[in-house]
Amino acid sequence: MKTGKKSRSGARRGVFTLAITVALLVFVLPLIYGIVMSLKSETQMTASTHQLLPQSPATVKYQGKDLELYDVTIDGATRTLAALDKTRAKTTFVDPSNLSAPPIEWAGNWRTLKQVTKLDPHWDNYPTAWSTIAFPVLLKNTFVYAIINTFGVLLSSSFVAYGFSRFNFPGRGPIFVVVMTTMILPTAVTLIPTYTVFQALGWVGTWLPLIVPAFFANAYNIFLLRQFFMSIPMEMDDAARIDGANPLQILYRVILPQAVPALVAAGLFNFFYCWNDYFSPIVYLAGKSGLYPITVGLGLFQGQYSTHVTLVQAAAVMSCIVPLIIFFFTQRFFMQGVVVTGVEK
Amino acid sequence: MRTRALSLKTWERRWGYLFIAPWVIGFLALYLMPMIASLGFSFTNFNPATPEKTVWVGLENWSRAIFADKEALASVVKILSFIPICLGMSFISAFVLAIVLNSKMLLGKSLYRTLFYLPTMIPLVASAIMWYGALNAQTGWIDQLLATATGLPLTGQNGIRWVDSPSLIYVTYSMISLWGVGNTFVIFLAGLQGVPTELYEAAEIDGAGWWRRLFRITLPMVTPVLFFNLIIGVIGLLQYFTVPYVMNNGTGYPNDLTNFVMVYFYRQSFAYFNMGYGAVLAWLIFILGLIFTAILFGTQKRWVYYAGEKR
Repeated sequence: MKTGKKSRSGARRGVFTLAITVALLVFVLPLIYGIVMSLKSETQMTASTHQLLPQSPATVKYQGKDLELYDVTIDGATRTLAALDKTRAKTTFVDPSNLSAPPIEWAGNWRTLKQVTKLDPHWDNYPTAWSTIAFPVLLKNTFVYAIINTFGVLLSSSFVAYGFSRFNFPGRGPIFVVVMTTMILPTAVTLIPTYTVFQALGWVGTWLPLIVPAFFANAYNIFLLRQFFMSIPMEMDDAARIDGANPLQILYRVILPQAVPALVAAGLFNFFYCWNDYFSPIVYLAGKSGLYPITVGLGLFQGQYSTHVTLVQAAAVMSCIVPLIIFFFTQRFFMQGVVVTGVEK
Repeated sequence: MRTRALSLKTWERRWGYLFIAPWVIGFLALYLMPMIASLGFSFTNFNPATPEKTVWVGLENWSRAIFADKEALASVVKILSFIPICLGMSFISAFVLAIVLNSKMLLGKSLYRTLFYLPTMIPLVASAIMWYGALNAQTGWIDQLLATATGLPLTGQNGIRWVDSPSLIYVTYSMISLWGVGNTFVIFLAGLQGVPTELYEAAEIDGAGWWRRLFRITLPMVTPVLFFNLIIGVIGLLQYFTVPYVMNNGTGYPNDLTNFVMVYFYRQSFAYFNMGYGAVLAWLIFILGLIFTAILFGTQKRWVYYAGEKR
């Protein structure tokens, strides 16, 4: 009785899991589409008949020529034959399994026949897209931007978070409220004067406007790190202080080593934010194609190469690889960070 | 002894201010002063190409945006129509996903959490490109899947024209936004896991069914999470830019419907360099966000449930 119930609920769980798997496949369908398209040949993309997978006509060598294969029904039996001579009224075939046999004549339009295709992924789309879009330059730019920016954010935000979590100073509460309020400020409202100042400094057209502000901390990371720092017992600070450490030394020797998970989470958020950033680079780097990150390069590529769908999709897939790999190895830290910023406020 | 205590206080104050100094400097230089300056800019005709011609124009830009320039007002209306559709779809999907991924019925929960989160990691520009292809009425897979699933002729000539149809475009863009649903469902998931199990047990003893428990316990318990994410979500969407810009280069296609306020702000400020006018549009975005935040804070007592707090 009990085992019967168990196996029934096991079956229900299996069905439920299967249903969720189908939902997942639908959810990621555009990604699968992008990958599949990136492997198709350009001729297949422009062909009138639509094929789902990267396919090309299957052929067989016959007297030095490549013959295309078709499914032909002769006398009620369907056979796969190679077309030797194609005309509208009749087609001459040879049998690919017995090429020395005499050719077979078939009365009918060969265009009505189903062509036999084979799976033919065009991996070479990737190197082509790689060089067409100058991917190494874009990749390098994105990495430099994301890494320097993340370094700046972590350095400054851990300072500020340490200040808020460990020192009592007048106005601490209200100032922290102001920190949190900056989260709801749209970028646009500060952008024009900031842009004007950066232009006056000669920074527009360089990475400086994207990097320098990172060294002044931001609300999300201050919050995330402060939450974590507050969970580290004060006794550890006190012990270090008795040993004669000053607050800066305490931060670097006691707090930060304890806070590695939070630093990793904050760092990842910021890294991916930069990797994804499109708006700031097009504002500040407009026209400086040698400095573009992947996002901007990809956006332009989509505009200019819209007829080369396969290459555009290959470039789009390439741009996902680094974030997806990093995510796979760090997801635990990552999700914890999402929870801290999202739930605890 | 007294002087020692006092000096400790001073010591703490000094170090405290020192450590928060980077933020304070950043706040003044990158937030507060630019915001005020931006308001000042909105009363001028500043154009960085011809800075010497800058003059004070008073409220001209403001009256232009609010009364004369139909495009400006329309761009605000467009984003305000898009936000409820987009956030509605995102929150409902995130909530359903969180329930599913928290369910005892699902085998291999952590694997599915990772996989459903995965599209969130794809750069928005790349997801716009992939969706753009997948939604194509001729060769896209979405229409083909629908055609196969329903048996209706929904491909080619009869295909659903997701990116061209004015009546569908906001739904289409919201679908693309669903790929960013990862953070929201992770947060809801944490919210669900934070609901004390005694509540469910008590409700079950009282004979409450699954739906009743969902609406009476689960939903109220995650309202604080919803509250915060609603604010962040609206502020983010008021600045919705990347997807429309990548999909149609900011042309507003179809029927100018995707000429959202941020797209228009970008065009005025960084294509035409009408920065005085752009500052007005930026302030409009800010004011909209402020009004919305104020409404949410004003009504939070009625619908946000904080555990352990007297109602």
